[in-house]
Amino acid sequence: MATSSPTRKSLWHRLSTFFYLRPGLTLAAMLAAPLLWLGVVYVGSLFALLLQSFFRLDDFTGQVVRRFTLYTYSQLFTAANIDIMIRTSGMAAAVTLACALVAFPVAYYMARHAEGRAKAALYLAVLLPLWSSYLVRVYAWKLILAKEGIVSWFISQLRLDWALDRILQLPVIGGPSLSVSMLGMWLVFVYVWLPYMILPIQAALERVPQSLIDASGDLGARPAETFRKVILPLAFPGVVAGSIFTFSLTLGDFIIPGTIGNSSYFLGQAVLSHQGTAGNVPMAAALTAVPMVIMAVYLIIAKKLGAFEAL
Amino acid sequence: MTNTSRKPPALIIATVGALLFLHVPLAIILLYSFTTDDRTYTFPLPGLTLRWFPTAWARADLWQALWLSVKVAGVATAIALTLGSLIALAIYRSKFFGREAISFLVILPIALPGIVTGIALRSALSLLDLNFSYWTIVVGHATFCVVTVYNNVIARLRRTSASQIEASMDLGANSFQTFRYIVLPAIATALLAGGMLAFALSFDEVIVTTFTAGQQATLPIWIFSQLVRPRDRPVTNVVAVFVIAITAIPILLAHRLTSKDA
Repeated sequence: MATSSPTRKSLWHRLSTFFYLRPGLTLAAMLAAPLLWLGVVYVGSLFALLLQSFFRLDDFTGQVVRRFTLYTYSQLFTAANIDIMIRTSGMAAAVTLACALVAFPVAYYMARHAEGRAKAALYLAVLLPLWSSYLVRVYAWKLILAKEGIVSWFISQLRLDWALDRILQLPVIGGPSLSVSMLGMWLVFVYVWLPYMILPIQAALERVPQSLIDASGDLGARPAETFRKVILPLAFPGVVAGSIFTFSLTLGDFIIPGTIGNSSYFLGQAVLSHQGTAGNVPMAAALTAVPMVIMAVYLIIAKKLGAFEAL
Repeated sequence: MTNTSRKPPALIIATVGALLFLHVPLAIILLYSFTTDDRTYTFPLPGLTLRWFPTAWARADLWQALWLSVKVAGVATAIALTLGSLIALAIYRSKFFGREAISFLVILPIALPGIVTGIALRSALSLLDLNFSYWTIVVGHATFCVVTVYNNVIARLRRTSASQIEASMDLGANSFQTFRYIVLPAIATALLAGGMLAFALSFDEVIVTTFTAGQQATLPIWIFSQLVRPRDRPVTNVVAVFVIAITAIPILLAHRLTSKDA
């Protein structure tokens, strides 16, 4: 034991010196495994996705034909698919708008009124739902929105059943009950993505310098004017940053439309059903190009609006 | 910065309203786990009972799903800890060509919608004619868990002063000793926090898993199947309460461990 220890130590020392003198090699040794994983497995998979979208499914044999074709992409623009794209983007826009409206007051209170322990508690109250089980949070609404559930009970206690029925009879947003309507789905989407909107707005509001607000007041602006002309423009990039999350997450989701929605498909559900029961991986791959293109355009606009500095 | 003197009542109402909106639904699940009603979601609850807790406990399919989720999350977390800290250490200690590209690569799996990552892995499996297995789930999970470890470790490294490392080297320690006695203790709690968040993320993941699991059921997949076709409502309520509790603990601990890094 005592005799082997110095040689072992010197081996480690020599190894250490070897790497110390070759920083390039050290870096390569450290990054080899992560790059193999993310660069080859993950980016490789993304290329596989791209490749698959240029194959097609043989309608007779049900097998994927591995030859280059644009056929699958040409099949994207059927009336049914365009319907799905419009429905999904419309929902994403409505969810984003509602999230911004609900999140702004919370973010404003957190950034400009709360202090010390209260602020830390508020921060945690927003962060906890962000990280906690998404699936369980969706499930909660299945209970809440059910025809026999708590929302219906409250509404009937208030003698407002007629109003709910009237709303549920509306085309597009209505349905047999809240738990199988677009209106219900919209509520659940707003609920699950709300923390993603609050945090960037809060961060943007924190960065508004007090001196600017004081200056605005000194120059004779009333608080409402200061809010509209100083605070709101400076907080806007935060809203755009948050909207990237709410919009993108809504575009790709298939859990909420599958749980709360009616039978009309959303993009994620279409992708899921093509790769699953239909075995049409090329079509599923081509369909994912849609949210990616939409998000690419969205990100370019967001960058112009200064959202990346607010992230 | 803050003006506590005047809080508009409308602002307080909007804030309290939004916070209630965020938290009351979870309390409602807790309430429903005690209902005697096993066919509908009737409110007010017809009666209260504790019987669903032992019923859920006795379910073999739940234990199987839970065990699979724990195994997947454990291995995915171990991989994420290794890869995430390697990237953070490499990026922190040197400037090199492609540095920005690597940090972009780490964030990509969570920046893209989960469905893109899911279908990408599914496409690769189908191109390579690989079958679904335990490992296909792990690969997907580890990929998007790397970022949580990376973020925590790099935030900690930026706060740690480099002079300690230089002092260690000056005093004759080799790189391995410096790592063992200086760097590792400095990043230990960040690793712990990142690992716990990675575990929570993996334990709860359903979107990517749907594409990489085949017929295997992790706990979230089990819950999702109940969402689509509710067969065991009372048992699902109990499972939901269990999941809320089990994911809240690592999140709160991770927050405590890293609250100074932000």
